[in-house]
Amino acid sequence: MDIVVCVKRVPATDSKIKVGADGKSIDPAGIEFVLNPYDEFAVEEAIKTRETLGSGSVTVITLGTGDSQKELRTCLAMGADKAVLLDASGLPGGGAGLDACATARIVADHVKGIPHDAVFCGRQAVDGDDSQFPSRLAALLDLPCVTEVAKLELSDGRYRAERDIEGAREVVDCPTPCVISTNKGLNEPRYANLKGIMAAKKKPLETIAVSAAEPATETTGLELPPERSGGKIVDSVSDLVAALKNEAKVL
Amino acid sequence: MSNIVVIADAREGKIKKPTLEAVGAAKELAGKSGGSVVAVVVGHQLDAAKQDLANSGASKVVAVDAETFAQYSGDGFARAILEQLEGLSPAAILMPHTAMGRDLMPRIAAKLDAGLVSDATALHFEGDRFGATKPVYAGKAYKKSMATRSPFLATLRPNNWEAGSGEGAEVVDASASFGSDQLKAIVKEVVSAASDRVPLQEAKVVVAGGRGLQAPENFKLVEDLAAAFGPGVAAVGASRAVVDAGWRPHREQVGQTGKVVAPTLYIAVGISGAIQHLAGMRTSRFIVAVNKDANAPIFKECDYGIVGDAFEICPALAEAIKAAAS
Ligand SMILES: Cc1cc2nc3c(=O)[nH]c(=O)nc-3n(C[C@H](O)[C@H](O)[C@H](O)COP(=O)(O)OP(=O)(O)OC[C@H]3O[C@@H](n4cnc5c(N)ncnc54)[C@H](O)[C@@H]3O)c2cc1C
Ligand SMILES: Nc1ncnc2c1ncn2[C@@H]1O[C@H](COP(=O)(O)O)[C@@H](O)[C@H]1O
Repeated sequence: MDIVVCVKRVPATDSKIKVGADGKSIDPAGIEFVLNPYDEFAVEEAIKTRETLGSGSVTVITLGTGDSQKELRTCLAMGADKAVLLDASGLPGGGAGLDACATARIVADHVKGIPHDAVFCGRQAVDGDDSQFPSRLAALLDLPCVTEVAKLELSDGRYRAERDIEGAREVVDCPTPCVISTNKGLNEPRYANLKGIMAAKKKPLETIAVSAAEPATETTGLELPPERSGGKIVDSVSDLVAALKNEAKVL
Repeated sequence: MSNIVVIADAREGKIKKPTLEAVGAAKELAGKSGGSVVAVVVGHQLDAAKQDLANSGASKVVAVDAETFAQYSGDGFARAILEQLEGLSPAAILMPHTAMGRDLMPRIAAKLDAGLVSDATALHFEGDRFGATKPVYAGKAYKKSMATRSPFLATLRPNNWEAGSGEGAEVVDASASFGSDQLKAIVKEVVSAASDRVPLQEAKVVVAGGRGLQAPENFKLVEDLAAAFGPGVAAVGASRAVVDAGWRPHREQVGQTGKVVAPTLYIAVGISGAIQHLAGMRTSRFIVAVNKDANAPIFKECDYGIVGDAFEICPALAEAIKAAAS
């Protein structure tokens, strides 16, 4: 089975976010960038599938800039076979103006040219917290899709996928080829060991310059939420209940 | 005239509050942009759903009721909805940011080659453009985006708008041009959690426990506190630390890699307030923290804090809440 995994470079989850000079994007100074945590589940699942079947390939792909080579190498070190960087650095602002619509379109155009029995993505990228890309990609590729998958089994070319919805768990039957977005709980992503890191250096990483796609939205502002001033510390349970009843009026 | 279309999240023929909130938001938006609000629902045995939508403040309800749609299918529902959208000339399309909304709306947006703001907390109409504001970086910032073409789509964060109300909408029965043989990904089974439980993201009150509870069996304190609010009011949540330790199931995890909740009242018991946990609950209306460490970061984010031992405070609080409620 040939699996394509879409990955993204994002700020680490404990980053302190500051607004940049343009008032529309973050100031990257001092931020550590990592492979999107949800994409780790996608990469792990793809490698596990290849290992279980004893055949097939895992290609990781990202739309980003030269910096993203680091995250692609991380995937290769985990065990992916090859990596593709769709390089947006030639676009205005280094691709900063690409929204979910344009991003999915550009990636879909390239995924079409890579053999795939399945495309795995993370459920959401923890920068924009969009959770749009996987379903968009599926629509553009005319594939079925199961999002936020917490359990996945393959038999006879069909997936049985489980996902949590409000108050219940759905079991979805889905033929391949398809797009799957992965949630926490699906697996335990492996760490790249030294051997993997060394091997990754010799694996193919192809860079393709992309041409612009028309975004359907533009960012007009980025703001930090008002800082909470800290709570009122109450001395007793009865004071707390009184406050909830009389001030907050929630009881 | 251009319409604001609301796509209903209907499961087993039932419309839940987030959809009604989306109609409320659509009415508010239509007040600025003009146009009327049309609700579209796809499913099977939709009589109750149609009734609820007819009384939600929408001017028109379009229902695609067929056995084909008895169970959710992302590709199938998207196609059925796209067929209906053709006749509705939507300027904006809204849906709640539920599991179904997150799955379905990007698919519809891609087919329309349109912009989508997901998990929106505010909607805009400026000049002749629609747009929305949404939390990004796990709520550490808010991003405003405006559409550069039409239509504009948004999924709306639950508990953020008043549910719409009204009556007497025109109800139109529509059908899809295809049958179940065309569906690809199909839900085969829905395994419900215990039915006496309110879903975490729909609960008015969330009582969440963390490592401060020290052992899985001590979550009884949190469960009893949740139960004190009466049946169907409060849900139990958990920090990642206790989910990773296997004390609680992942579906209860609140935070960046768990669920985002915004209840009226969030009570954090024995939770330190790590940035990734805050990501999942900081937009709650009121936050109460119970922690024995006066310097725990959660106290910076809460509205009311009580410094002390959860093992003493939780039972006392449960009693006091029961007394206040009765
Ligand atoms: C990529 C990534 C994603 C993450 N996603 C999430 C997420 O989605 N959700 C999440 O919650 N975390 C997440 N985390 C983990 C997060 O960083 C914290 O480790 C976690 O939230 C800590 O859980 P806790 O507050 O229960 O435990 P601790 O930080 O250990 O806090 C326990 C608290 O209990 C208090 N306490 C101890 N005994 C008592 C007592 N008897 N009575 C009252 N208080 C007591 C202590 O003072 C302390 O403040 C993520 C981390 C990473 C790196
Ligand atoms: N620029 C990108 N390049 C490749 N994959 C992406 C990109 N952006 C998002 N994805 C994939 O889509 C998932 C969901 O992202 P998002 O819709 O942005 O929240 C991510 O976890 C990735 O798997």
